[in-house]
Amino acid sequence: MLQIKNLHASIDGKDILKGINLTVNAGEVHAIMGPNGSGKSTLSAVLAGNEAFKVTEGEVHYFGKDLLEMSAENRSREGIFLSFQYPIEIPGVSMVNFMKTAVNEHRKYKGLDPIAASDFLKLMRDKKELVGIDSQLTNRSVNEGFSGGEKKKNEIFQMAMLEPILAILDETDSGLDIDALRVVANGVNKLKTKDNAAIVITHYQRLLDYIVPDFVHVLSQGKIIKTGGKELALELEEKGYDWLK
Amino acid sequence: MDLKQKYIQLLESFNDSVSKESDSLLGQYRKVGIQGLKTNGLPTSSDEQWLYTNLEPIFEYDWNAKTKGMDEKVNLDEVFSCDVPNLDTHVVLLINGHYFKQNNTSDLPSEVLMGGLADFSSTHSDIIKKYLFKAADVNQKMNALNATLAQDGLFLFIPKNVQLEKPIQIINIAYGNEEYFVNQHNLIVVEEGSKAQIAFCDHTLNPTKFFVNQLTEVHLEANAHLEFYNVQNSNADTVQVSSICVNQHRDSNFLSNIVSLHGGTIRNELRVKLLESGASCDVSGVNLTDRKQHVDSHTQIDHLAPHCDSNQLYKGIYDDEGTGAFTGRIVVHPGAQKTTAFQSNKNMLLTSNAKVNTRPQLEIYADDVKCSHGATTGQLDQKAMFYLRARGIEKNEARMLMMYAFANEIVSKIKIEPLAIRIEGLINRRLRGELSRCANCVIQCG
Ligand SMILES: Nc1ncnc2c1ncn2[C@@H]1O[C@H](COP(=O)(O)OP(=O)(O)OP(=O)(O)O)[C@@H](O)[C@H]1O
Ligand SMILES: [Mg+2]
Repeated sequence: MLQIKNLHASIDGKDILKGINLTVNAGEVHAIMGPNGSGKSTLSAVLAGNEAFKVTEGEVHYFGKDLLEMSAENRSREGIFLSFQYPIEIPGVSMVNFMKTAVNEHRKYKGLDPIAASDFLKLMRDKKELVGIDSQLTNRSVNEGFSGGEKKKNEIFQMAMLEPILAILDETDSGLDIDALRVVANGVNKLKTKDNAAIVITHYQRLLDYIVPDFVHVLSQGKIIKTGGKELALELEEKGYDWLK
Repeated sequence: MDLKQKYIQLLESFNDSVSKESDSLLGQYRKVGIQGLKTNGLPTSSDEQWLYTNLEPIFEYDWNAKTKGMDEKVNLDEVFSCDVPNLDTHVVLLINGHYFKQNNTSDLPSEVLMGGLADFSSTHSDIIKKYLFKAADVNQKMNALNATLAQDGLFLFIPKNVQLEKPIQIINIAYGNEEYFVNQHNLIVVEEGSKAQIAFCDHTLNPTKFFVNQLTEVHLEANAHLEFYNVQNSNADTVQVSSICVNQHRDSNFLSNIVSLHGGTIRNELRVKLLESGASCDVSGVNLTDRKQHVDSHTQIDHLAPHCDSNQLYKGIYDDEGTGAFTGRIVVHPGAQKTTAFQSNKNMLLTSNAKVNTRPQLEIYADDVKCSHGATTGQLDQKAMFYLRARGIEKNEARMLMMYAFANEIVSKIKIEPLAIRIEGLINRRLRGELSRCANCVIQCG
């Protein structure tokens, strides 16, 4: 579903991605690991359509379409979901209003009528349960005053609401306590089908015990320097990244 | 002939034309107003008070003979129904500064007085005399004009220990096909231990050029509580100068909330004097401008006694070539110990042509006080915009959500829920550029 070829990207004239190649097929889980500052979040931001980053070379195709030509909102409507490493607080925008707007924008794109109020409430209730998010949180402004872990759960809640085809989870595990990690991983697994796929960015092999990857990639200085199976994560956990250089 | 001379003539001829009532209470202030104009002149852009709002073009307009009485016949039910759904209020109408005679106030508690200031100044001159031009300074330039030219306005008197259950809604309209210089003087007195909520809706009902000079004096006696909500929605040719002057006594509480939805040029002046200990005020407003609109908010809070609190929150969204200003003055007078005074002004500029000037002014002459002020002016938060778009929300819709969230902090101060819902809806439509008149109003404004 996703083909990334020789992708280069920069911000403020600084080159960050320096030739990424990656193919993701339906049903697969890809883990991306790598040192701090290697460009993992940059890759996810570029895939989600953040205009702050400039693509200077390369191409990305998503179901055959030129992804880089699409607006951020259309990428979302086409099924790409980014779980942010640092979710943004938006004071004054209520979670309910935010989610209702998002769901309806997705529906409009598919030619559907806005969701009925009662269906929406039920959807919210079901998905809150699925990801184990405190139901009070959705009565507040988007992420405002949420704890680190609550913000991460909120990302997975939004993912559950929007049912993406390609989920990109940027360090969704950091900040979660052990129980929350299991609940969130469970949520992700429940949403998993043979038709969708996930790119899971993490520093810890622990998450990969729950969300088992088909491939593990190591990103370093803007390039994928190694790809292996799930055992590569264990090896990295043990040896760190230095031996790869 | 310069503008000042022209206005002295205008005021003098006006005074002559209404001389038969010059013995009345209102009549006595007309001469004071003329004297004030002679001494101080008209507001000019070189006045410290008027740095950001230029009234010269509107003064240059020929208002002669467009200041008097009104002979428009209005059928209340037919043309206009500004009611807020689910909000049960006492509704009264004022047209071009005059209290509408057919208003029905029979459902008010009998001890409450409400009606036209002109009528009450002859029937209840003792009360009016006690309060008229006591909160407002007649020597202020716009007040001097008002003193001479205003013939009427709202008078509301709530005697001791009356708690009005229903809010009072004042529909204050400028009406007519001919340009009109409206001068209106409202007087609101809430006596000891009483409580009221007022929703004041300013509208222009025609696309006519209006110049509205509206002075509202408020007196809150000991332990009186007043909530004053003001929605301003006038056409783009209209200039509105609105001045609210409040005197607060012991333990009284004043809440004001001004939503400037639409207008040509709006100047909102708010002066609160905290005269006795325990008095508190919470004043807020939001300015929404686009195209070439201008809204200037000017506040002055005088802390004249110890143990008083004031809190100010003013926000503005400026789009296209919209401009605005906020000047917020806090004066803590000698002896006003244990004062707390907060002020915040936050602005959002949506284009590079939009402009806002913000000017906090703190003068503190007591040592045991807690004061703070802050001002921010920024653009839309791009990180938040990306977050919303990454969830599939169209760029424009995301922008709307952000603007709406920004304004909502002010709406959330409204304590009458149906009114808050109505204003929320109006702001929403306003930000979408849709006509922001009330649902049941058949007249096109804006
Ligand atoms: N807005 C920005 N302006 C300047 N430099 C940036 C910006 N965003 C990212 N960078 C730089 O790009 C590089 C890659 O950052 P990125 O966030 O993609 O790393 P990462 O692999 O996700 O790191 P981590 O594991 O710490 O999350 C870093 O050196 C970072 O400082
Ligand atoms: Mg990162």
